Amino acid sequence: MKFMIRRFFGLLGPNGAGKTTTLEIIETLREKTSGEVTVAGFSIDQHPNEIKKIIGVQLQAAGYYPSLTLTELIELFAGLYNAEVDPMEMLKQVGLEDKHKAKFKELSGGQKQRFSIATTLINQPKIVFLDEPTTGLDPQARRNLWDLIRKIRDNGTTVVITTHYMDEAEQLCDRVAVMEAGKIIALDAPDALIDKLVATGFERKKEVKKANLEDVFIHLTGHEWREG
Amino acid sequence: MKNNYSQYRAMMAIARASFRSIMRSPSAVVFTLLFPLIFILVFGFINGGGIRLDVALDGNSDIHNPVFDSIASMQGLHLIPGLTKEEIDHNLQKGDIDAIINIQKRLADNTISYNVEVTTNIASREKGIIIRSMLEHLVDKANLQAAAMEKPMVALSSKEIHIREYKTIDFILPGQLGFSLLSSGVFGTAFVFFNLRQTLVIKRFFATPIRKPFIVMGEAISRLVFALLGAAFLILVGYFAFGFTLIHGFATFATMLFLSALGLIVFMGFGFVVSGIAKSESTIPPFSEHCHVTSISFIWDFFRDRKFSRMASAHLQSTASHLFK
Repeated sequence: MKFMIRRFFGLLGPNGAGKTTTLEIIETLREKTSGEVTVAGFSIDQHPNEIKKIIGVQLQAAGYYPSLTLTELIELFAGLYNAEVDPMEMLKQVGLEDKHKAKFKELSGGQKQRFSIATTLINQPKIVFLDEPTTGLDPQARRNLWDLIRKIRDNGTTVVITTHYMDEAEQLCDRVAVMEAGKIIALDAPDALIDKLVATGFERKKEVKKANLEDVFIHLTGHEWREG
Repeated sequence: MKNNYSQYRAMMAIARASFRSIMRSPSAVVFTLLFPLIFILVFGFINGGGIRLDVALDGNSDIHNPVFDSIASMQGLHLIPGLTKEEIDHNLQKGDIDAIINIQKRLADNTISYNVEVTTNIASREKGIIIRSMLEHLVDKANLQAAAMEKPMVALSSKEIHIREYKTIDFILPGQLGFSLLSSGVFGTAFVFFNLRQTLVIKRFFATPIRKPFIVMGEAISRLVFALLGAAFLILVGYFAFGFTLIHGFATFATMLFLSALGLIVFMGFGFVVSGIAKSESTIPPFSEHCHVTSISFIWDFFRDRKFSRMASAHLQSTASHLFK
């Protein structure tokens, strides 16, 4: 499978399908059993450190020193990547500039994910890997995160995302791969995959209304993403 | 991204972050600084040194005589008059008094003589021996005077050499320093590193270009700096507040810090191993305890035959008897 430059690639699949494992192999965090992986021309066997320099990694449940402030954590990762960054500027990119003095453990779920994404951008990576970034977030925080991820893509970074929310993949991804038991069983643009299914004569059992419950929820509780 | 990636810079970033994290962790501060400090304060205020001999005076004893006066004026012997027989028995049982003295005046053939009866107990045998020899000396001297010998056959002259004076704090402080290093080195490292692994902080580091040994070294540097600052603080408190002996001044201070650093590196090694073996947080204490016991018994073996340890243990005994009296 190939990830295109400046594209949004989605890795879909049920729990346990091997999405995270695949991602971690590409991120050089896990040994592969067979096959070849190259990232931007570097083989993960020969040049793992070169790869680490050009990718940004957001783990499914990454931790940070709990008692450090966000500014201090950004400084830490700037050191780890040997990058010169302005912590406030980084936090501003993910909308956390007001929280620069807060400790990581004091952030809400959505804020933690946004901060986690900020740490992946420090080295101005060519590819960013996001592992289920929206899992466990409320609809507002999810939409807010989508905007952030789109912005990253628009800045010229390839984004690879795993998710098991199909609406998310449909909204964001240019190409998706569907995984099942460690194997890719479909690989195409979301629209193309849907068209293919429809061409086989598939029909939804229930007539789709012009809005769904999530639209109702957003309509009732407002678009504004809130703290907490 | 630059090609000349500096592992050193990345390592120092971890060291800085980890140091800030330690400074904000209550358990590290309590175990490294507060506990040892409390012990130093407690032991520092106990005045060790010198033997105190408590001697009760029997109620029937005659006290209007020169023998009593000389006993009362003896140095190191603390005479307690006015106790009833029950009180004396009770205190003797408890070990609060070391001996009972009863002086009786005798009148025979128009000459006055005295009989000094001393009762010691088996529980404080050493003190009993000292009291008896002190009294024997007094009795001999009195008899010698009575015999009016002009030129004594044997004379004793004694002098004391003043070498380094050992204070209680001189033995307590290094012990507490060791305790501080041990807890910070083994417990601190094991718990913190295990937690960092568990909460995937380390995994996130793996996704950056830093090499694994530099992560460990970064963590180790921060711990080393923190523990040495703690050690310096404890030594300085001991020195300024309780007169801890730094025999060559700053050189001794520097040597102590250097040895602390060596010790800490060994203890941290244990800590890293424990954090690697431990499968869950609850298995860390038993592993760490094992390391503690091994280290302590090793140190004990090392010092077993040294004069140092004998002097230290004598001091510890006196401190212990103060504590458990």
